[in-house]
Amino acid sequence: MNVTIGLEVHVQLLTKSKLFCNCGTNYRDSEPNTHTCPVCLGLPGSLPVLNKKAIEYGTMAGLALNCDIANEMQFHRKNYFYPDLPKGFQITQYDRPLGQNGEIRLDQDKKIRIKRIHLEEDPGRLVHPPSARYSLIDYNRSGVPLLEIVTKPDMDSPQEARSFLKKIRETLEFLDIFDGSLDGAMRCDANISLEGGGRAEVKNISSYKGAEKALSYEITRQKNLLRRGKEVKRETRHFDESQEITRSMREKEQEHDYRYFPEPDLPLIQLTEEKINSIKEKLPELPEEKRKRFLDQYEITKDQAKSLTTSKTLANFFEEISQQVNPKKTATWVTDSLMGELNYRDQSLSESNMNKQKFIYILEKLRDGDITEKGATKIIRHILDEGGHPKEIIKQKDFKAIKSQNLDQIIHKILEKNSEAVEDYIKGKEEAINYLVGQVMSETKGKAKPADTRKKLQKILEGYDG
Amino acid sequence: MNHIESILKIKKGELSSLEYLEKFIDQINKKEDEINAFITLNEEKAREKAKEIDKKINNGKEVGKLAGTPIAIKDSIITKNLRTTCGSQMLKDFSPQYDADVIKKIKKEDGIIIGKTNCDEFCMGTSTETSYFGPTHNPIDHEKVPGGSSGGSAAAIKYGASPFSLGSDTGGSVRCPASFCGTVGLKPTYGSISRYGLIAYASSLDQIGTITNTIEESAYLFDVIKGKTKNDSTSLKYPDRDVYEELDTDISQKTIGVPQEFFGEGVDQEVNEEVKKSIKDLEDQGAKIKSVNIPSMEYALAAYYLVAIGEASSNLARFDGVRYGHYSNKNKDWEDYFSEVRREGFGKEVKRRIMLGTYALSAGYYEKYYQKALKIRTLLKNDFERALNESDLLVAPTMPFKPFELGEKIEDPLSLYFADILTVPINMVGLPALSVPSKEEDIGIQIIGEPFSEGEILSTGKIIEEENQ
Repeated sequence: MNVTIGLEVHVQLLTKSKLFCNCGTNYRDSEPNTHTCPVCLGLPGSLPVLNKKAIEYGTMAGLALNCDIANEMQFHRKNYFYPDLPKGFQITQYDRPLGQNGEIRLDQDKKIRIKRIHLEEDPGRLVHPPSARYSLIDYNRSGVPLLEIVTKPDMDSPQEARSFLKKIRETLEFLDIFDGSLDGAMRCDANISLEGGGRAEVKNISSYKGAEKALSYEITRQKNLLRRGKEVKRETRHFDESQEITRSMREKEQEHDYRYFPEPDLPLIQLTEEKINSIKEKLPELPEEKRKRFLDQYEITKDQAKSLTTSKTLANFFEEISQQVNPKKTATWVTDSLMGELNYRDQSLSESNMNKQKFIYILEKLRDGDITEKGATKIIRHILDEGGHPKEIIKQKDFKAIKSQNLDQIIHKILEKNSEAVEDYIKGKEEAINYLVGQVMSETKGKAKPADTRKKLQKILEGYDG
Repeated sequence: MNHIESILKIKKGELSSLEYLEKFIDQINKKEDEINAFITLNEEKAREKAKEIDKKINNGKEVGKLAGTPIAIKDSIITKNLRTTCGSQMLKDFSPQYDADVIKKIKKEDGIIIGKTNCDEFCMGTSTETSYFGPTHNPIDHEKVPGGSSGGSAAAIKYGASPFSLGSDTGGSVRCPASFCGTVGLKPTYGSISRYGLIAYASSLDQIGTITNTIEESAYLFDVIKGKTKNDSTSLKYPDRDVYEELDTDISQKTIGVPQEFFGEGVDQEVNEEVKKSIKDLEDQGAKIKSVNIPSMEYALAAYYLVAIGEASSNLARFDGVRYGHYSNKNKDWEDYFSEVRREGFGKEVKRRIMLGTYALSAGYYEKYYQKALKIRTLLKNDFERALNESDLLVAPTMPFKPFELGEKIEDPLSLYFADILTVPINMVGLPALSVPSKEEDIGIQIIGEPFSEGEILSTGKIIEEENQ
């Protein structure tokens, strides 16, 4: 059965101040209602003044998503009553949005068309204290600039929807206009229908995982209805994140006539071609371009280039370390080891204890043979779990690699203890050496380098005569 | 008579600000009960401020352009820590946390706010009878309405409660009461005064204006409050000049346009004749008189009401009993809660306009009503532009009739809406317009000019003023 999915994604733009007033946008750790003023509280007599930075950021996003940018745009009022909406209307864009007709390519080269992108203001936030018979409202978020990205119905699986959202995050983070790690910075609504059924609009999706879950649930629900010969109604549904199901919204909530009309308090916005071009010129390198450049510039694999460009932090991390340590080695250690350990811990690089200096230190110690690969991995784990500097960790945990002279002594000791294996080897049973290497490794608790150990063993054993 | 002289005297220390203020407070004490021009009086704080300014002057310090003069402020304009109701039960205890841009300017120039004046609820009315705080009486004839919606400001000026006042004009709300109360009302060019802090009725039409006894006082006050501010994106940079200094009563080089449609059906004969007398006076002073036309005038009133109520239905949505103003203690779900707050908090006329406006913006009706009204707005703009190409200024009646009796029209909204027929077209096109009394005290003459021609229309008003003295 064919599945058709379209998304409406809302992302908060990282401007310093709100879309229509001077209040700060870094509201997350603040007391409720402290980042507010007459404008974002919708007090009588207050008027919006457009934050030009938001237009610039929106334009950057539009260009990165290959949209046509409007030379003249307008804001409209979307009228509805809700306690988190202080003016009783949301200032948004309607028939003259910032950008239209864009597209973005997913990793499998699948093209997703972008219908439009536009700017609008975030409402406040309702807080429902557990078991209370009231709700509280925090207007700190009220007026934070949102970019809404509307796709054409080009996705055909929940996994694809998830990849799309990741792609959007990746792209906007590269532009430094969005931070997906902030709670609630990306939210989305999804339209989904199956062949022969009506379309459901699922609201209240707030994560990639949520998007995948909500859509998978919808496919099952709609499939079952169709299988039983029942009608799939065209309706709006609400995603319950804790239960991972969608619920039909009350009909009253669906019947909205938003009575859009041009916002009379804001003049038309002109965006000249020169201005658009100057923004285009300042556009930083996007993931796709960076990927190609990494492949050309460093001797790394295609997969590594792809992994390293999934976030700007990661790409910069790699590139800066590569100035000091062999890029190929760096790429291997970042993609295989570090990223694996981060994923395992569900951490992102920026929020982890790892930093550039620490990682360079580890790679240099490894290069100089002061630590083993196993030791390096252990140090990385230790840093991610408990923090600390590798220098201290190597000292405290005794991760220092066994140096050549010491290794000789240990090998001789092992050879004396395992005369049977030695004899086997001399008789031509070459596998016996593996056993001996293993014994050395276990004696040194992994601090000896396996390759070195093997070489040394071979050399010493050659000196033995049968 | 001229209060600018009083300001100069205060500045020189020849008159104390407090003494001056007390004269107006005396007048308020004598007559306010009968007139009801104020919703909130600010006597005590005004006295403190007057003493402060006197002290400044005694200490030889510089004081602002409004040095110690009282100003009455329409209650649609936000004043910090001074109750601002907009004539509504919805805001009957609302004490704002900020000052409107115009109030900031007035305070900066050492003006003293004497009180907040009565107005139609949310400025929706032509008679100040829809105010939650009761009607204002016309000081010329207490049985008559003072006009609206800035009826309190005009009445306060007329009965001597304040030398200066501010009103706001969405479809004639400054000019109408100025006309009915025999005062001078200026609705400046749209955008020439910041609307930040003016409680919005219809954003694309609203403009703060002045009501005073004389032309000079209007010009003087306008100079203080005009100009672009960063808080209002629709405000415009005003040409760098003082309108007060620009007043010039030589009209010999001017062509006065007389728009025929402003003298048509529904305009009382008496009004027509009074206005024509003044046009004759201007001609005698050397002005050329020319007949001009505004063909789209017949649609102006209908189009105006659609735009005004459409915007109003959205502007008044914020009054939902959540953050400020009237609220309910009943525990209800959201839809019932805000509906009840709005049912209780708004008066009849406001509810009527919100409902009509909501309808006009609804899906399926938007194109038929609101969008069509915008098209007429464009036609009107073209018509006025053409008329003002053929002439320098337009002269017409302000109101189609003289003040009517209290209670006479309030039950008949359509006849009340009709009273705005000659003032609303000007808001639709954003031009500046003035109402100045004719030889009949309660018939106003409307003078309309090009954008930023406040100096010119006030100068012409001054000629009429002088003729009538």
